[in-house]
Amino acid sequence: MKAAPFTLHKPGTLEEAVALLAEYGEDGGLVIAGGQSLTPMMALRVAYPPHLVDINAIEKLSQLTVGDGFLSIGATVRHAQFHRHFVEAGTLGRLLSSVVHHIAHYPIRQRGTFCGSLAHADPSSEWCLVAATLGAELRLTSTSGDRLVQINDFLDGAMSTTREPSEILTEARLPLLAENTRFGFYEFNRRAGDFALGMALVAYDLEGGKIRNARIGVGGIEEKARRLAAVEAALEGKTPDSEAFAAAAAATVADVDAMEDPTTSAQYRRDLSGVVVRRALEIAQTATRF
Amino acid sequence: MSENITPNATFGKGVRRLEDRALVTGRGRYLDNLQPQGCLAVAFVRSPHAHATFQSIDTTSALTMPGVHAVLTIDDLMPVLTGRKLIVGLPSAAIELEVDRPILAGDEVVYVGEAICMVVADTRAQAEDAAEYVEIDFSPLDVVSDCSLAIKAGAPTVHRNLPHNRLAAFGFRYGEVEKAFSSAAHVVGDRYEVHRGGAHSLEGRGVLAMEDSLRGVLDVWSSTQTPLALKKALCELLGRDENTIRVEMPDVGGGFGPKLVTYPEEIAVAAASVLLARPVKWVEDRREHFIAAAQERDQIWDMQMAVDADGGILAIRGSMIHDHGAYTARGLNIAYGSGVTLPLPYNVGAYALDIEVVLTNKVPTAPIRGAGQPQAAFVMERLLDKAAGVVGLDRAEIRRRNLVRSDQMPCLKPLKLRGGTNVILDSGDYPATMKSALEQSDWAGFQVRQQQARKAGKFLGIGIANYVEGTGRGPYESVSVRVNRKGVIEVVTGAAAMGQGTETMIAQIVAEQLGGDLSIVRVKTGDTDNPLGFGGFNSRQTVTAGASAHAAAQKVRKLLLQMAGHILEASEDDLEILPGKVAIKGVSERCATFGEIATAAIGLPGFAIPVLDKPGISASEQVIINDMAYSNGSAVAEVEVDPDTGSVRIIAFTIAHDCGRMVNPKLVDGQIIGGIAHGLGNALYEKMIYDATAQPLTTTFADYLLVSASEMPPVTILHTESPSPLNELGVKGVGESGVIPTAPAIISAIDNALAGWNLHFNRAPLSPQDVYASLRSDSKGERA
Repeated sequence: MKAAPFTLHKPGTLEEAVALLAEYGEDGGLVIAGGQSLTPMMALRVAYPPHLVDINAIEKLSQLTVGDGFLSIGATVRHAQFHRHFVEAGTLGRLLSSVVHHIAHYPIRQRGTFCGSLAHADPSSEWCLVAATLGAELRLTSTSGDRLVQINDFLDGAMSTTREPSEILTEARLPLLAENTRFGFYEFNRRAGDFALGMALVAYDLEGGKIRNARIGVGGIEEKARRLAAVEAALEGKTPDSEAFAAAAAATVADVDAMEDPTTSAQYRRDLSGVVVRRALEIAQTATRF
Repeated sequence: MSENITPNATFGKGVRRLEDRALVTGRGRYLDNLQPQGCLAVAFVRSPHAHATFQSIDTTSALTMPGVHAVLTIDDLMPVLTGRKLIVGLPSAAIELEVDRPILAGDEVVYVGEAICMVVADTRAQAEDAAEYVEIDFSPLDVVSDCSLAIKAGAPTVHRNLPHNRLAAFGFRYGEVEKAFSSAAHVVGDRYEVHRGGAHSLEGRGVLAMEDSLRGVLDVWSSTQTPLALKKALCELLGRDENTIRVEMPDVGGGFGPKLVTYPEEIAVAAASVLLARPVKWVEDRREHFIAAAQERDQIWDMQMAVDADGGILAIRGSMIHDHGAYTARGLNIAYGSGVTLPLPYNVGAYALDIEVVLTNKVPTAPIRGAGQPQAAFVMERLLDKAAGVVGLDRAEIRRRNLVRSDQMPCLKPLKLRGGTNVILDSGDYPATMKSALEQSDWAGFQVRQQQARKAGKFLGIGIANYVEGTGRGPYESVSVRVNRKGVIEVVTGAAAMGQGTETMIAQIVAEQLGGDLSIVRVKTGDTDNPLGFGGFNSRQTVTAGASAHAAAQKVRKLLLQMAGHILEASEDDLEILPGKVAIKGVSERCATFGEIATAAIGLPGFAIPVLDKPGISASEQVIINDMAYSNGSAVAEVEVDPDTGSVRIIAFTIAHDCGRMVNPKLVDGQIIGGIAHGLGNALYEKMIYDATAQPLTTTFADYLLVSASEMPPVTILHTESPSPLNELGVKGVGESGVIPTAPAIISAIDNALAGWNLHFNRAPLSPQDVYASLRSDSKGERA
């Protein structure tokens, strides 16, 4: 379990980094930030990148700032930066700090990055689910400049994205949430810190006791995290109660195309998708403060 | 020296482990810490096929890779080997097929992970790089993955030249089984599939070998539980005398069973070192541990129990298939242990079990903590739950009615151990132990708790399981005790320490006789200079090494008193042993230190040795104990089941146990809790999955679920001490106790939580998906 030989580049500027990736990306060169998924894959010799471009020294990629209606998350912002509620991000900050504890384990969260999770595109990535459900916009940078991509156009399946080999995911932007937005996150896995067998993120605005602007996403169920339009439609305008949640769960089960693997059948995952959506809705309904 | 350390003050005390300061401050000496100058690293090229033949191994490209010194096949090693195979299996007349492991595969591989050749390079990374360039022309053959299919007529054979896959068939039979079944009020039965995974010690295997040309000795260090067995195998296969090979056991980061087996890699690395005249080291990585270290895996039982109208067990009968893997690494011991264990805690009038040990194209099996006993307890306890349901008895009550009673002790069972000795339950009050577990867990009040929780939408369940653990496998272990000129008590033993606290345990037993000061005791474990010994397995060392340590320390005590009497001109009756010295009773300043006594006992040239028959204050003992000492206990698990997901959470876990007199209650607690973690893994988490072509699918800790701190429930341990009459200290082993009752107690609790569905889970481990699927497939069931 030793990685195959590779050359490590440590550029100090983004310009150098994209130049390196322009040179080596096509031959399998990869960006490394936290390395919490990539280095185990290299040690298992599942990944053989001949070149690694380490972006940790690029200062401007470490910024976490609130812009006009969005939270900007730089490429080297660690999971652990969301352990505490990021107050400037308001409701979104609370949502992120309620999700982050489900990501792997404490030491991993100190190194792994938000953008790295999106670029790795594991179907069970909590951040992919957050990004997909809330509608993240991503900045991809190369020697030709910047390109903005919607998360749904970025995620392309299990461990697969539309990022070009010469591009670096330099920033993710998450829309801020309204003060009256309620949200709930529920994840089911075998052990604490394991990859989710199923998880759901729900967010909706409560107006006059009714659900408005529902955003319902599931992760770990399909090849990529996805918002479920049919479920959102089923909830729109409804009173948040057990009847509405049961209908949402049923709509979820009917809508998803669940994966299977050696230990988990598609049938089980499909049924689980309804359970996690219902429980996320229950959490959103009952939680007063996260 | 502390005044409060007085003689007779160490045995039975929860003193701190003597080993830990070095281990937790980074001063441990594990195998991979040993890095002699010029040491080369090995990467093994392992089979990607579960069954294949090959004609040629092309090493040309690999040899040109940076840092590579050699790429060695079995033919390359043969000049320094006396044979191509490692023959270590325990003897048994029941074995029909000889399948010993080759040092390296010659022309056929029979499991994924089997070593074919070794790349030796300056660094492990370079060796792994080059290993990818070794080309082997495999011709894949048919594969047998599932042991229940392997036994069927017409199944492909695991080895192409063998006629079938049935390695051995044997059984147990006593009493009038058929008569009992024909007269029974009730017969219950089921097919039980019990899976156990791998060991997953924190430190994997590893071996370092280097020839010391000055001494003419081949030094070998190995992370093994049985250094003496390794030395024997090395002497045979390298054709060397005992005094030209030295085997050392460094600090070992866990064993749990598989390291009791000597492995081909240990021989190959030593041979490579001799061949290349360089230090050579191999350290197993986690992937190798998953695919190439022994596992315990599958047993499939078809069993029936006959009971009378009051729930009394009349007889048990059935059959069991045991997955042996592709080679014999140890023998029939796991399957034998299962068969002999099944009826032990209870009075079972008649018993018939037919066992088939079956080859599969998987890594060989060897004992994992529990060694077949957990599977047997699972089957027995599940049958009792089923019988309780049919008879209409509480699950604890049917057990109480059948448990072996204290007035039956010692209780001779009509069974033999694998070495031919009798099975005699030596001591204990099994019903009382169970009663204490029931009281502690409020078994009687559970129904109320369950109903209240049910009103709140929660599904709680409770389950119980009893066990008897055979411990202290004989015939003996060596311990020598010597007081040196500095007054230090040097203890040397063949007992092997892999993290259990063996040094502390032995030091406590020795110090108990010799003044009670643990700070002057030095224990060296894993000794191989004395060929009399065996090492660490089968919860044996506190019993066997403990008995020898006690006997040797008593002799040394006598020698100290004799020589001190001479020095102090006092009668032995007037002396007492204090920390580090022998003094006149009540006059501690009139004394002779251990150092003075030892120096006098060693003597001077030309001067007579006073008093003693032999020089030196030392004694060596190998106390023979043929019969096993039986520990016992009862576990109660309380769980919450989530019917929507099938997930199970352990709310509380109580274990009442009796391992005889405890040398150190803290060490006992550690063993019990560690065992429960293993048992919890067997109940709900750990599963080594292979596909139909015997490709292992769970080869990382992301896929193979080991229990972590987050999954551990709160555990309450109740100690009872029924001294074993088989050794002077009254001790029994405890290393495997916690694992044995845990899975059946938990699975029973899951049944109970889901009582409305009327389920009987008949396998372990159970995943949430398994539980969920059972709830859905049971058409009769509905939520109670």
